[in-house]
Amino acid sequence: MIVRGLAHLGWTLRVVVADIGHAARLFWQLLCCAPSCLRRFGLVRDQMHFLGNYSLALISVSGLFVGFVLGLQGYYTLQRYGSASALGLLVALSLVRELGPVVSALLFAGRAGTSLTAEIGLMKAGEQLSAMEMMAIDPVRRILAPRFWAGVLVMPILSAVFSAVGILGGWVVGVLMIGVDSGSFWGQMQSGVDVWRDVGNGVVKSLVFGTTVSFVALRQGFEAQPTPEGVARATTRTVVLASLSVLALDFVLTALMFTI
Amino acid sequence: MSSSSTPLVVLRDLHFAYGDRPILQGVTLAVPRGKITALMGASGGGKTTVLRLIGGQYTAQSGSLVFDGQEVSQLSHEQLYAARRRMGMLFQFGALFTDISVFDNVAFPLREHTDLPEAMVRDIVLMKLEAVGLRGARDLLPSEISGGMARRVALARAIALDPELVMYDEPFAGLDPISLGTAARLIRQLNDALGLTSIVVSHDLDETFAIADQVIVLANGRIAAQGTPDEVRQSRDPLVHQFVNAEPDGPVQFHYPATGVAQDFGVQAPGGAK
Repeated sequence: MIVRGLAHLGWTLRVVVADIGHAARLFWQLLCCAPSCLRRFGLVRDQMHFLGNYSLALISVSGLFVGFVLGLQGYYTLQRYGSASALGLLVALSLVRELGPVVSALLFAGRAGTSLTAEIGLMKAGEQLSAMEMMAIDPVRRILAPRFWAGVLVMPILSAVFSAVGILGGWVVGVLMIGVDSGSFWGQMQSGVDVWRDVGNGVVKSLVFGTTVSFVALRQGFEAQPTPEGVARATTRTVVLASLSVLALDFVLTALMFTI
Repeated sequence: MSSSSTPLVVLRDLHFAYGDRPILQGVTLAVPRGKITALMGASGGGKTTVLRLIGGQYTAQSGSLVFDGQEVSQLSHEQLYAARRRMGMLFQFGALFTDISVFDNVAFPLREHTDLPEAMVRDIVLMKLEAVGLRGARDLLPSEISGGMARRVALARAIALDPELVMYDEPFAGLDPISLGTAARLIRQLNDALGLTSIVVSHDLDETFAIADQVIVLANGRIAAQGTPDEVRQSRDPLVHQFVNAEPDGPVQFHYPATGVAQDFGVQAPGGAK
């Protein structure tokens, strides 16, 4: 009984370690493909267009509503302390530091991550990746790497759009509807938000999240069982794994960036 | 390049297993240059596995596999890719890239591997499509053509880089009688006109016997018969006899091993015995 339990534990550990090894190797391969992606930037650009453009509507609308809510909630809290004029600062800091990178990464995982996983998984199921290998074309370099780098590069842009639209949403609710002074809304924001400490760290965050989400999505597709159920399961795992990693990494990054 | 008398591909005592399931148990065969070699045998007999091993997509557990003087399992990543450039493979269902047109599918390896100007790519692609009779279908998407046509497009793509070796995985499966004859003739014509070496994996007896120079029958992970089509047809080996004459009973069992019928259905066998 004990021996069997130990054997099972050992086996599970072995599988986990092998899995981490495979993931690390794929990640390294993708990093090493950076020069070839630069040389054929057209492939990356097409994927950026595909991933970014189709996520844009979702990101903008979500950003707008998050901005509305921030405007409302922020006003009611700040007004208790008589500092409603700091609403602009609160909205901007919340978005640029946390909500912009995190929420847009979660939406990106659901919108673009799943489509990446399904695309790669179905290409594998249709033997397209195998056919490419037999044509002496490395599928990691030709198919996975451009998508990976496109995801990494497009995430900060989407996150910036999210934050910008969110700030506008906060302005609509705070200034236009509730009547906070427009000058102090923008003025406090301008003086209180630091380009490097706040905006810069937000960009770093979204780069990390873009890397995480694209890598998880591509790996799940690449390792998927080449069957309909296999692709379905891989797509689900992409959303779960990518979302959890983003939230966990956000905590780590916030702790590193804003406490020191 | 080695002399034309040595075989292009040589397998020696090759063993391969998926996990615990043995697929090939000591296969030795040679694929002569310029000829069509047919690999035949029942489904699941390891025919496709042989193609994947030659292409270096799988690695054998033991034994040797030599492609044009190079041991495939010993090649570095770059060398393996260089060797693959000299091979073309036709997948069972074509494996066309579904998001691009027929023309772009055939142009794909050319654009990836060469810096040819677009005008020349166009000429080569149209020539290859003409060879498989689909020059007119260049603008269609893979979803808009039939399975047989998809396989011909895949064939045009496989020969786009003028390979030395073309491997066909079940080129006849699921084709109607007209396409079947055309496909077989096409394989023969391409082989002779382009000076290729071909390996055809199939279990379609008549068409394959009609075009092959050499037939190898694989069964239970071993080679059951080898020779010209006529020699194989006249083989006295019970296994080959069963296969060539399409008999349901013989050394190859139709039924997967199972417990007794009576036990499984819960019925009593006549005579009262359980």
